[in-house]
Amino acid sequence: MPPSDFTEDLAAALATAGLAVDACYQCRKCSNGCPLVFAMDLPPDQVIRLALAGREADLLGCRTIWVCSSCETCTTRCPNGIDIAGVMDWLKEQAVARGLAVPEPEVRDFHRAFLSAVKWGGGRLSEPLVMALYALKGGRWLKKLRRSAAAGEVATALELLRRRRLRLAPPKRLTGAGEVAAILRRW
Amino acid sequence: MKLSYYPGCSLEGTASDYAASIAGVAELLGLTLAELPDWNCCGASAAHSLDEQAARALPLRNLRLAQRIGLDVVAPCALCFNRLKAGAKALAARGEAVTLRVWDLLDLLTQPAFLRLITHRLVRPLTGLQAVCYYGCLVNRPPAITDAASPENPGNMEKLLAVLGATPLDWSFKTDCCGAGLAVARPDLIDRLVRRLYDRALRAGAECLVVSCQMCQANLDLPQARISRQAGQAYDLPILYFTELIALALGHPEVPQWLARHLVDPRPLLTAKGLL
Ligand code: SF4
Ligand code: SF4
Repeated sequence: MPPSDFTEDLAAALATAGLAVDACYQCRKCSNGCPLVFAMDLPPDQVIRLALAGREADLLGCRTIWVCSSCETCTTRCPNGIDIAGVMDWLKEQAVARGLAVPEPEVRDFHRAFLSAVKWGGGRLSEPLVMALYALKGGRWLKKLRRSAAAGEVATALELLRRRRLRLAPPKRLTGAGEVAAILRRW
Repeated sequence: MKLSYYPGCSLEGTASDYAASIAGVAELLGLTLAELPDWNCCGASAAHSLDEQAARALPLRNLRLAQRIGLDVVAPCALCFNRLKAGAKALAARGEAVTLRVWDLLDLLTQPAFLRLITHRLVRPLTGLQAVCYYGCLVNRPPAITDAASPENPGNMEKLLAVLGATPLDWSFKTDCCGAGLAVARPDLIDRLVRRLYDRALRAGAECLVVSCQMCQANLDLPQARISRQAGQAYDLPILYFTELIALALGHPEVPQWLARHLVDPRPLLTAKGLL
């Protein structure tokens, strides 16, 4: 009997998304070149291995996919043409789409705040808006203030403001703002 | 020469110094950068992490706008460039005609014709400036998207620096990731990656790092004071845009104003070298 989180279709679903993993022969070149492997719970080669083994729940809940920086080193170097970085993205998207708990909510919430900021901002990103949305999410800003961990961020923001690099005015609303909002309707 | 220009969102905000230096260099080199009308955000890491469909659709809209104009399009940001290239590949894969070329700004300005022009216009060679070139990730990787000829060891920025009279130093970290995408959510991770870049740059003998992307610039410049505090070691490594160095060597009068907007002030170093 396979373990209960075994999903025979995982490798097939990845292949359908253009992310076939079955050519992996575990050379570990991806993991050896990965700059963030020190912060991961599964090195990239094991992500691919577990994908082949159908261990969907383990993968959707792992830290690795969230601390991956999408640097594309693994994808560039894989001798078998496996798009490892693409697999990481696919797993992130699935975890969020299925509403699963993730071990790095900060990373997830920053991405969400970014997409919402583009959608509500009229098609371009306002940097202060994404920071505000991210900070407000889950009372993160308040928690940080209480720990006074926000001091550094405030100091950097003030330095940028002093150098006229913080544009507080919202970006121009695009003629195509509606098109962009439709593309980002989920956020 | 005239191209469509896709500046990307941060050049309207925190990277206004980069935007100004690009406008300055374009003027010096007789390059007309016509901003793509009504361009939208490319979605960056957020879209390709959480919404593959949006990650395809957002750059496609920009690409369609550019195709309507018909000129090649140039992007000064590694991620914007990467997303536009991915869009162009996706269109071609669907059998749609892609009638334009997507350029990374550094690649464009290091084409032989521009290097010759820069050589002719040089008024202040950057003699004695010891620099390492830092390319970051997405201008070159993955080559299936970027078409980079040498993704592990690019050399166009070194070639440019040599033309400008500076001394580009060799090092093994020119395409290592600085983690910029995690800068807000996990600053502890980027501190480790960025500190290693500082250490390796110093070990190579560098007095500054030169970049071609505003995300790399921000990620190496903004946290330098914090990283210094944590490390108990005062790093003082200016992070310069390649466009600032071109403008400096070609005698653009506004360079000091752009440099003043960096957090690690490059002016003392450049003054000590007799370049400001
Ligand atoms: S580099 Fe490719 S083949 Fe090697 S372990 Fe990683 S995914 Fe498998
Ligand atoms: S894309 Fe992610 S998994 Fe691949 S090398 Fe970079 S950080 Fe590691």
